[in-house]
Amino acid sequence: GPDPKITELQDWASYTGVGVDETPYGLPISFESDVVRRNVEWLTASPISSINFTPIHALDGTITPQGCAFERHHSGAIELSKDDYRLMINGLVDRPLIFTYADLERLPRENHVYFCECAANTGMEWAGAQLNGAQFTHGMIHNMEYTGVPLRTLLREAGLDAAGDLADKWVYVEGADASSNGRSIPMEKALDDVLVAFKANGEALRMEHGYPVRLVVPGWEGNMWVKWLRRVQVTDMAVGSREETSKYTDVYENGIARKWTWVMDAKSVITSPSPQMPITHGQGPLVISGLAWSGHGQITRVDVSKDGGITWETARLGKQGDTKALTRFYLDTDWDGSPMLLQSRAIDETGYVQPTKDQLREKRGENAVYHNNCIQTWFVNEEGVAENVEVS
Amino acid sequence: QAAAAEAARLLQEREELAALAAVSGASLTAPAPVIEGTYGLGRVAFDEEIAAWDVDVLPDGRGLPEGRGDVFTGEEVFVDKCASCHGDFAEGVGNWPVLAGGFDTLANRDPVKTVGSYWPYLSTAWDYINRSMPFGEAGTLTPDETYAIVAYLLYSNNMVDDDFELSHENFTEVEMYNADGFVVDDRPELEYAEWRTEPCMENCKESVEITMRATFLDVTPDEDVEAAVSAPATEATPAVAVAEDAGGIDPALIAAGEGAFRQCQTCHQVGEGARNRTGPVLNGVIGQAIGSVGGFRYSGVFEQANAAGEVWTAESLAAFLTDPRGTMSGTKMAFRGVGDEAEVAALIAYLQSFAD
Repeated sequence: GPDPKITELQDWASYTGVGVDETPYGLPISFESDVVRRNVEWLTASPISSINFTPIHALDGTITPQGCAFERHHSGAIELSKDDYRLMINGLVDRPLIFTYADLERLPRENHVYFCECAANTGMEWAGAQLNGAQFTHGMIHNMEYTGVPLRTLLREAGLDAAGDLADKWVYVEGADASSNGRSIPMEKALDDVLVAFKANGEALRMEHGYPVRLVVPGWEGNMWVKWLRRVQVTDMAVGSREETSKYTDVYENGIARKWTWVMDAKSVITSPSPQMPITHGQGPLVISGLAWSGHGQITRVDVSKDGGITWETARLGKQGDTKALTRFYLDTDWDGSPMLLQSRAIDETGYVQPTKDQLREKRGENAVYHNNCIQTWFVNEEGVAENVEVS
Repeated sequence: QAAAAEAARLLQEREELAALAAVSGASLTAPAPVIEGTYGLGRVAFDEEIAAWDVDVLPDGRGLPEGRGDVFTGEEVFVDKCASCHGDFAEGVGNWPVLAGGFDTLANRDPVKTVGSYWPYLSTAWDYINRSMPFGEAGTLTPDETYAIVAYLLYSNNMVDDDFELSHENFTEVEMYNADGFVVDDRPELEYAEWRTEPCMENCKESVEITMRATFLDVTPDEDVEAAVSAPATEATPAVAVAEDAGGIDPALIAAGEGAFRQCQTCHQVGEGARNRTGPVLNGVIGQAIGSVGGFRYSGVFEQANAAGEVWTAESLAAFLTDPRGTMSGTKMAFRGVGDEAEVAALIAYLQSFAD
C-alpha cells in the first residue's frame, strides 16, 4: 500500500530543525555513528603503542576524512602547539637551521593527494584468513590532500654543499614525541617528492596525525611519515634505528631478512560487498566497489573476479588515478543471487599486477609481517552475507 | 639581486601562464617555484640545541657519549625500570617485546626476534633505549644507565659473561649474532619482473575451492556500535566534566592529577570503559580492598594484603605511590615512585574523581 512516510506528515517536514550555531565544528549525523575507527585489542600490549583501522568499508570516493583515518602511535598522540613547534635541519649541511611553524608558512607550498599505508596493513593475513572485515584486513590506510613545503626546499635553505656527493647520502627524520620515532630516507627520495606537511584535507592536521607538522613520504610505508617532525639530519649512512632493523623488516624462510622495503606495491580490496557490508537488497543491480593504490605511481586498471579468479572483468575507475593515491573502482553488475568469490586485482603504471597470496608466500614464505599486498577474497553467500576466505 | 630578478621572472611567467589558462580554460598548476639561493628563513642552530636533539647513534658507534656500565648494575636498573613489561630476564610480559633468546629460530615458523637473535647493530639497542625507553619515562636515563642496561641485555642473551662492562671504548667490539642477516629489498629482482606481465582474464584456473575461513578463528572484534563510539567519547572527556561529579574535591587538584597520571597510563587505565592492562583498572581504588580487581594477576605481596583484609586509603595509597617497592616489597609495579608530595596528592584526588 501507500508508504506512510509519504502519505503522513512527518516531524521533519513540520517542525523546524537545529539552527546554524548548533555545532560550530560538525560531526557526522548520529545515524552514521558506526563509521568509526576500530581497534583490534589482541594485536598489541597497550593502546598507547598501537594501531586502529579506517572504516574503509563504509566510505566511498577516495578522500579519507581525518576523523576516521587510522592512527598508529608508538608512545601515544601528543599535544604540541604551533608556538612550541621547532624543526631542526642539521648534520652534513652548510648551516644547521631552526625553523618555527611561522617560518614554514612563508615557504612556497604545494598540494598533493597521497595514500599513507602502514607496512603491516593486511599483515595479520599472512598465515591465513583471520579478520572478518575490510576495515580490519585493509584499514591501516588513509588518503588525504596534503598542503606542505617540499623537503628539498628546507634542505636547500640549510645548504647541501657540505654533504658532497648526494648519491650515497641520507636524511634521518625524527619525531618530537616520546618514541622519537626515526627513519633513514635516501637523499634521492628526500629531494624528490617528500613533503613537510601542515594541512590535510584543507584543515590543520589532527593531533593523532602529527599536528602541527608531519612528514609525507609518497608511496612509501607509513612508518616513515614521521609525525610531530622535529629534526631532519643529513647523514652519510642509514642510522639503523629500531624501526628500520628490528621492525619493518621481513624474515624469509631461510632466516635471512629483507630490509629497506620502503615502497608499497600495488594493491586493491573490494570494500563493498564485504563482511561488514553485506548485500541487503537481494537480486538485481549491484554496485561492487573498492579501492586500489600503488606506491609506484598511478593505478591504470583494476580487474574484478566473481568466481575466485577463474574469470576477470575490468572495472570502471571512479576517476583517473592520481599518482600514489587511492583510486576508487566500481563494477556495476547484475547479481543473480548465486554465491560469489569476489576478488580485485590492481595494475599500476609500471605494469605491476597485484599478486595472489600464494604467489607472495612462494617468494617470501609465511614469516613475513609487512608488505602483504595479496589479492583478497570475500565469499558472498545466497543471502548476501560476506566473509573473509582463502581459495585455492 | 639575482634571486630578486629570478623571482620577478618567475612571477611574470606565472602571470603569463595564468592569462593563457584563463583564455584556454585549462587549470593552472605548477610545482612550487625553484629559486637560486635561499629564502633566508630559519635561524642558525646553537651548538647546545644540536647537542640536545642530535643524540642518535650510528651503527659504527658515532654519536655515543662517554660512559660505562656493567652487567650487575644493568640488572638492577633493568629490574627497576624495564622488567614490568619485559620481564626480569628480558623474556617479555604479555604482549610486550621479548628481548632475549630466540637464537637459531629465524628460519623456523614464527621466529623469535630479539636483540640477541635478530638485531644487526648494538647501536640500535643503545640508541632506542636512550631515546625512547623506559616507556612513559623516555629520555630520563643517564648514559651510564643505558650502557648498563645494554650490558645486561647482552648478558641475558648469553653474549657476554657476568663480569662484562660495556663502555664507549669497547662498544664497537661487540659482535652481533645476526649482523649479516639482512639483504636490501630484493623485490625488484625477485618479484617485479615476474609480476609485470599481462594477467589472465578467462579460464585462469580449472576450479576454485575455499581453503580457509576467517570465521574458524573468530578473532574479529565485535562490531558493537556503542562500544565503538564510547571509546573516543571517553578519551575526550575533559577534566572539568570529571570534576563535576567529584564530590567536593578541588577541581584544580584533579586537573593537576590528570597531568601527573600520564606517567601511569602506560600500565593503568581509569574511567569509563577502563580495562586491566599491565596494571589493574584504578576506578574506585580508594576504599577498595587491596588486590581485589577482578581478572588481574597480582604479585604475592598484594595477595597477602588482600587476604589480610587490607583496604586502600588515601594515606596507604600515598605511601605506596611515594615508594612502591619499599611499601609493598615484591610488587610487580616497576615504578620508582613519586617524589613530590603535591604530585601524590594530585594523583590521589584524580583517582578519587573516578567512582567504581
